[in-house]
Amino acid sequence: MIDAWLTPGEMQALWLSLKTGVVGTAISLPPGIAIAWVLARRNFVGKLALDGLVHMPLVLPPVVTGYLLLILFGHRGPLGHFFETYLGFTLAFNWKGAALASAVMGFPLLVRAIRLAFESVDPKLEAAARTLGAGPMDVFVSITLPLVTPGLIAGTLLGFARALGEFGATITFVANIPGETQTLPIALYSALQVPEGEIHALRFVILSILLAVGALAASEFFARAQQRRIRGAA
Amino acid sequence: MSGGLSVSIARRAEAFSLDVTFEAGSGVTGIIGPSGAGKTMTLEAIAGLARPESGRIALGDDIFIDTTRRIFTAPERRRIGYVFQEARLFPHLSVAENLDYGARRRGSETGMSRVEVIDLLGLDALLDRRPHRLSGGEAQRVAIGRALLAAPRLLLMDEPLSSLDIRRRREIMPFLEALHRRLDLPILFVSHNIDEIVRLADRVLVLHGGRVAATGDVAAVLNRLDVQALILGEDGSGADPATIIEARIARHDEAHHLTELDVGGATLALSQLPLPVGSKLRIRLHARDIALATERPTALSIQNVIEAKIVELKPAGPAQIDVALAVGSSDAAITLFARITNRAAERLALAPGRQVWALIKSVALASDFGDSGRTA
Repeated sequence: MIDAWLTPGEMQALWLSLKTGVVGTAISLPPGIAIAWVLARRNFVGKLALDGLVHMPLVLPPVVTGYLLLILFGHRGPLGHFFETYLGFTLAFNWKGAALASAVMGFPLLVRAIRLAFESVDPKLEAAARTLGAGPMDVFVSITLPLVTPGLIAGTLLGFARALGEFGATITFVANIPGETQTLPIALYSALQVPEGEIHALRFVILSILLAVGALAASEFFARAQQRRIRGAA
Repeated sequence: MSGGLSVSIARRAEAFSLDVTFEAGSGVTGIIGPSGAGKTMTLEAIAGLARPESGRIALGDDIFIDTTRRIFTAPERRRIGYVFQEARLFPHLSVAENLDYGARRRGSETGMSRVEVIDLLGLDALLDRRPHRLSGGEAQRVAIGRALLAAPRLLLMDEPLSSLDIRRRREIMPFLEALHRRLDLPILFVSHNIDEIVRLADRVLVLHGGRVAATGDVAAVLNRLDVQALILGEDGSGADPATIIEARIARHDEAHHLTELDVGGATLALSQLPLPVGSKLRIRLHARDIALATERPTALSIQNVIEAKIVELKPAGPAQIDVALAVGSSDAAITLFARITNRAAERLALAPGRQVWALIKSVALASDFGDSGRTA
């Protein structure tokens, strides 16, 4: 149905954006939940440093993040080499790398939102669960996790929305390869480089806005659902 | 099988240090003290939610913590029921699911059945509701039921009534009393309200400034003026001394709808109580509800007039004085207090040793029905 409205090139960019966004958000979710929980519930030496590190991609110029990814995960990078030799896949200059870049860039927003959800859960409820015979892991699964589910979804969608718009780190890390790494924003940028490309660019702009607004609205909906959940009204 | 609870813990914090040693057997041990006395900290240490710096807590042969032997049992393996000040029901679960939370985790331990608990606490109509649809009193009943269904060997109750208004308190009190009669496990009941302790506890432990200030039989401990001053605040400002008395129902005056209590040989009449002759109950007489006369009053609406002897006069603020009175035969004398103005004491020339009549205006009841009874 959408193909009636979009050109094959636009479809390709949209599909690639969704794919890298979904995969990127999915791989950042487990560490995101763990780090959000640790930041919300534990006090330890280096907490401030961890918090700072998580927020780095938010304040660093995206080009710097992209370049650091290239150094670490490129063909000759230590981690890139490791992935290539032991896991048999490369990240540089393909969609997997684009997914990684979008995961890193969306991570701070994802962690912030999920941390907020954890902080809204009263630790007194968890203490009550302990006295009822539930161990720490049991409490997390039976009390904490169900109570943060809406916040978890809100954070995931926020991270996803950020991942969709990822440009700087992606183009630096995996370049601009149509069909492989040319996501919506990069396709938009390419369209602008071509004379008379404004109409093309405008279509990408509208598509991007629709996607971003949709993801943001959904995220906000679940953030409110989180508040109702804590009060017990949902 | 299960012995009593023995606690001996210490904790030094910058602002507050705790050093508490006591034992508690079956029945209700009331823990009372002003806020900041260490009541909650003590309960949390027993439950394993807080760790004392040093000390030992054991229930029978089970050692929960022993810092010298580096033993610490996780809270989920202590099987201690904890009813908190706020109900702390899980908001994402229904009442039934909240009740089952502990029950599903108690393993093969036997305890009260679901039916028994639902019946005892009157939870039948609430089962399908969500916690946010419950009143404060209902939520607290569910919380008690949830704790009981986890088959606890010890029940801790941390001011379970303090978040409730007076009506809800009255509504939940009979359930607590039923609980007391039904269970044979030790219960620690924390409160800063003397009336609650008088009504529910068998023994009392007074905490003050992180130390045990007094412990023993409820009436014996709470009738001590120094203990009352500790609980009510150092200067006792605004609060008057009160005496707790174990009374016995002597007879019912059906014609006047009155019940007569035998109080150490003297008789007190109050509005009829639905209890058989011979039953015992605790009553509390407040100093501000007792007036004095130097001659036996004859034409008076107050019918409860008891002969007494002045023991001591103690100033209570600039304008008032507390008069300690001995009532009843000398071998079973009860000490009552009357709070009167200095001027009245002067004009009546009150002095220790003098014979007077105590006019009792009202009696606070500590039993199953209503919070106070009007005297006749």
